[in-house]
Amino acid sequence: MKIDIILCGVGGQGILSIATIIGEAATKAGLNLKQAEVHGMSQRGGDVQSHLRLSDEAIYSDLIAQGSADMIISMEPMESLRYLPYLAKDGKIVTGSEPFVNIPNYPEMESVQKELGALHAVDIMDIDAVAKSVGNLRGANMVLLGMAARHIQILSAEQLQDAIRTIFARKGESVVEANLKAFQAGFNGVQE
Amino acid sequence: MKKLLLGDEAIALGAIHAGLGGVYAYPGTPSTEITEFIQADALARERGVHSRWCTNEKTAMEAALGMSYAGRRALVCMKHVGMNVAADAFVNSAITGVHAGLVVVAADDPSMHSSQNEQDSRFYGAFAMVPIMEPSNQQEAYNMMQSAFELSEKLREPVIVRVVTRLAHSRAAVEVHEAVDVQNLGVCQERWVLLPGIARARYAALIDKQADMLAASEASVYNKQECGGGSLGIIACGIGYNYVKEAVGSSANILKVSQYPLPEKAIRRLASENSSIIVVEDGQPVVEQQVKALLGAEYPLKGRLTGDLPRAGELTPDNVAQALGVEQKPAHAASAIVAPRPPQLCQGCGHRDVYAALNQVLATYPDYRIFGDIGCYTLGALPPFKALASCVDMGASITMAKGAADAGFFPSVAIIGDSTFTHSGMTGLLDAVNDKSNITVVISDNLTTGMTGGQDSAGTSKFEAICVALGVEPEHVRVVVPLPKNMEEIKQILKEEIDYPGVSVVIPRRECIQTAARKAREARKAKENA
Repeated sequence: MKIDIILCGVGGQGILSIATIIGEAATKAGLNLKQAEVHGMSQRGGDVQSHLRLSDEAIYSDLIAQGSADMIISMEPMESLRYLPYLAKDGKIVTGSEPFVNIPNYPEMESVQKELGALHAVDIMDIDAVAKSVGNLRGANMVLLGMAARHIQILSAEQLQDAIRTIFARKGESVVEANLKAFQAGFNGVQE
Repeated sequence: MKKLLLGDEAIALGAIHAGLGGVYAYPGTPSTEITEFIQADALARERGVHSRWCTNEKTAMEAALGMSYAGRRALVCMKHVGMNVAADAFVNSAITGVHAGLVVVAADDPSMHSSQNEQDSRFYGAFAMVPIMEPSNQQEAYNMMQSAFELSEKLREPVIVRVVTRLAHSRAAVEVHEAVDVQNLGVCQERWVLLPGIARARYAALIDKQADMLAASEASVYNKQECGGGSLGIIACGIGYNYVKEAVGSSANILKVSQYPLPEKAIRRLASENSSIIVVEDGQPVVEQQVKALLGAEYPLKGRLTGDLPRAGELTPDNVAQALGVEQKPAHAASAIVAPRPPQLCQGCGHRDVYAALNQVLATYPDYRIFGDIGCYTLGALPPFKALASCVDMGASITMAKGAADAGFFPSVAIIGDSTFTHSGMTGLLDAVNDKSNITVVISDNLTTGMTGGQDSAGTSKFEAICVALGVEPEHVRVVVPLPKNMEEIKQILKEEIDYPGVSVVIPRRECIQTAARKAREARKAKENA
């Protein structure tokens, strides 16, 4: 079994934390993993992406080939479309619904929604609002991870929750609990 | 034990476990995390491994050579363009030779994710005539550090470990072994005095060692041949091996190359067993050119020079599969509505206030140029500021402004960050002072090396003293605090100093908001724990 995931968003939205948690869970589960990140200049408010590959067999390439990502997990709707050529024809998009507008030429939301609507399978949710509703303003990325968890069949929700505990442990119990709550809200909130 | 590590972290841990004495480096994407890992590592701290940042790559290379001379294994890390800065010391370190192992990690950035060119550091290996190791994955990166130090000590020459962005910044599980003790060979008993007569003898010795280097490559466990059938031979270098394996699995004839000089016998064998060869290498066509020379122009050879792989940009699983004739999966078309989202200066960043003031003041002159430099503030070239006329290399803002002023151009303004100023700006400022060039230098001091993630900056709290010591008149070294509320004062001071016919320095100083926030978080945490 294997899964190839493109994680994306805007610098500072917390996609590397999602990658770290999936990576921790995969390593603990004894899976092979490769995770290519973007560091440096592109972090400053620019688009960021991470290629995440999990498999019970050997993985060679650090990058995902076009047309072969099983899933795009995006903090932001336009960013989810940026990586479309990587998505498999039957691949899934899991994305936050609220645009992050820090450029003057952000496209009309209507056209973004239309393009998303034309795709095979899209889960879209206002992850900021859900994070807010569970009292974790900075937890939108964990809500998104919860949404995606249903589709990451190679790992169970419990394994991802364990990883959240491990990764946030040094920040204290309250941070761990807040992030688990956000994860659960995302997990429960997916409209089937 | 397995650990999940970035390629950079695997290099760092491999070096620590190989008994490292010290790392010398200047931050630069994608190499920065190597030194940061060593700085934070408990064993490295316990062992007193040197890991403080250096002022630039040249000082780093020289200090490492000194540590090697004194008998301890030394590591130098830099991004590819750092090799240009270190080149004088590096090339001559091949002539002096080394004592304890000396490994130079060069992190190349094909596709220029965060760089101004995509030069290939393997040219430096051939240029200095020293071995290169090029890991294909994180495990090899870890293992190779021990091998590289051993090879360096066996040959008594520096060894380059060359990685690319996609390995440096990709994570995978790495099996780690027990750390060996810190090595101490004692101080070198030779003199490394490169006077011409001695240098000639040393150079002859370096040439003699080439056969040993070649033999080491031919016997290296990192170079291996796989026979999978067909009549195409694939030379897969470093990370290129992964893309080849991804595309063809075990159904091709592959010569994996991860140690240089090129294993010539293995290449001749591959050529004789196949009817054509393709070279898959990330970066510039270094190996392709060498193989062409080795096999002759008649042998059917494909690669970047023949257009079978793109001439520029990094390798990807897609362009490698295509070059190998492997069918690719059908893909969605790119979205037509997605807009570019370039990086930008943070909201609240002091550089923003500096550019706002500079643009307003300079707009009052008939024409002007701001010569830029390398750092976050290079983003001032983009909208909304569009302020820069140039950004070339570390320190070039001051010297280019000087050259333009020497040509009679006015106003000629340089903007440079604090860390870049100490890296390579100080000598240029001395030139300007000695020539009484009519320039204004803005040292936008955010008290850190911002673009690479907030490392210590070598000159913090010393800038006024440095400028005055270099000969800038004290009354023309002005400090301001870049905040919107101070805009009128900043503009007034900039105007006065631009109009002063000589060298003036304006230092807008306010801490990077990212490092300030990080320090605040750390302080809060320390308080909670106390």
